Amino acid sequence: MSAYDKVQAARDSKRLTAVDYIGKMFGGSFFELHGDRRFGDDRSIVAGLAMLYDVPITVIAIEKGRNTKERLMRNFGSANPEGYRKALRLMKQAEKFHRPVLCLVDTSGAYPGIDAEERGQGLAIAENLMEMMTLKTPVLSVLIGEGGSGGALALAVADEVWMLENSIYSVISPEGCASILWKDSSKAPEASECLRLTSHDLFDLGVVERIIREPSGIDDRKMFEGLKMLIARTFDKNRMLDPDKLIQARYSRFRKLGNNIHV
Amino acid sequence: MDFFTFLKPRNELEGSQSPAESMPFIPDSLWVKCPACGNMLLASDLQENNRVCTKCDHHFRMSARERIAMIADEASFTEFDSNMQSTDILNFPNYKEKLESARAKSGEKESVVTGKCTIDGIELVLCVMSPDFMMGSMGTVTGEKITRAFEYATAHRLPVIVCTVSGGARMQEGILSLMQMAKTSGAVKLHSDAGLLYITVLTDPTTGGVTASFAMEGDIILAEPNALVAFAGPRVVEQTTHTKLPKGFQKAEFVRDKGFIDAVVHRNDLTDTLAMLLKMHSTKEARE
Repeated sequence: MSAYDKVQAARDSKRLTAVDYIGKMFGGSFFELHGDRRFGDDRSIVAGLAMLYDVPITVIAIEKGRNTKERLMRNFGSANPEGYRKALRLMKQAEKFHRPVLCLVDTSGAYPGIDAEERGQGLAIAENLMEMMTLKTPVLSVLIGEGGSGGALALAVADEVWMLENSIYSVISPEGCASILWKDSSKAPEASECLRLTSHDLFDLGVVERIIREPSGIDDRKMFEGLKMLIARTFDKNRMLDPDKLIQARYSRFRKLGNNIHV
Repeated sequence: MDFFTFLKPRNELEGSQSPAESMPFIPDSLWVKCPACGNMLLASDLQENNRVCTKCDHHFRMSARERIAMIADEASFTEFDSNMQSTDILNFPNYKEKLESARAKSGEKESVVTGKCTIDGIELVLCVMSPDFMMGSMGTVTGEKITRAFEYATAHRLPVIVCTVSGGARMQEGILSLMQMAKTSGAVKLHSDAGLLYITVLTDPTTGGVTASFAMEGDIILAEPNALVAFAGPRVVEQTTHTKLPKGFQKAEFVRDKGFIDAVVHRNDLTDTLAMLLKMHSTKEARE
């Protein structure tokens, strides 16, 4: 598969979205919590409580929608500032009750709208980056589809970041990159190669810890059972750590990214 | 060799029009045309006025060194990590050439200059981004230098001032430049948790990944008049929403009125304002 094949797989309208993951891993135990208690409820972000085996956790997910009607309601998975503020509110709540936080990321990017700008999209993302870095509870982020720039990073400052095999994570969309580089957005396939945005690239660059293999057949139960077990094991390990050590490790994780390329 | 050989080459800010005929003869290159009001300004007047138009108050862009000279007490600035520079880790098309021309144009090795200095005698860490270096785009070295500056300030219990100008994260370094948003934000948070002061000065333009990280994380956020302050730039917003943008959209005054900037400060008042704010945070009570 070329890098651009991966981009298309990550964006495939038939690809499982965050609510599928929540349903398959947590079933009826998921209880959705709405709103940022400041402005409104952003439906691009689905968040709430769930039981991971016998452990209550907080789940925060960016949801693209599975059909046209849902996609419109979900704003195609492009969150507004209140979405990121809802996420932050529930992360702080998780910290208070010593619950681990699972983030599922799937977005082409934070919404670049007039309202979003007027309500401080930049600040909303910035605050999440700051607060997640020192959140005194385990945080794990899994990129399940598209990881579009700052809008994805705002839910991916975590102890570990994992990627589904056919997900992507990039500083800019291949189309955006191509139109800047060659003034031609149809050269997105070439740009996809340059950007190094596939799960294997990111693993090699040390940006993600784990790649989750995707099932080739129709039966995805095994993948979800496996993923659920891995998540539980990671939370168990990190819950044992002293919170200050956990934060220190999280900061070092990001601290070392890109400090080795200067001369 | 005639007289004109000694004149510096014309840059794009300098108009080609001759001044009014009644004026004494002055070579063209000593004149600068204000892009806002169209008036011809004497380059030396503009420089003396901190690169602010003497006719209409338009704030021209300012190099990192010019800004440091304006803000810091004379000869007080000691630079950190002055030799650190990016390499083309992803082998990205034309990046090596871009870096070279940015270095030649700006005289800097990266898009931010960091160091410590004093302002009105108060010690602090100062980071100033450079519009001449790929429009202040944030690469890994930019992130690393800012992170180191904050770590130094935390270790030495010093306030930090960052003057931003940036087109956002640097595409040519891919995901690693995106990661600098998280890295710098972490360093800002640890500095903040230590009870220390952080002031940002947003200058034109401050956008993208810099807005969505350390630019908006100050305890006090100042901006220069009319500076563009945005996450998604106006063109992207217009293309996405197919809507006409409101008047003054994403200009510093607009963003202040929406509640995201503490104050818009004229450049000629900036140093005094910073000195006053630093002083108000250097009481024994504030520092404990």
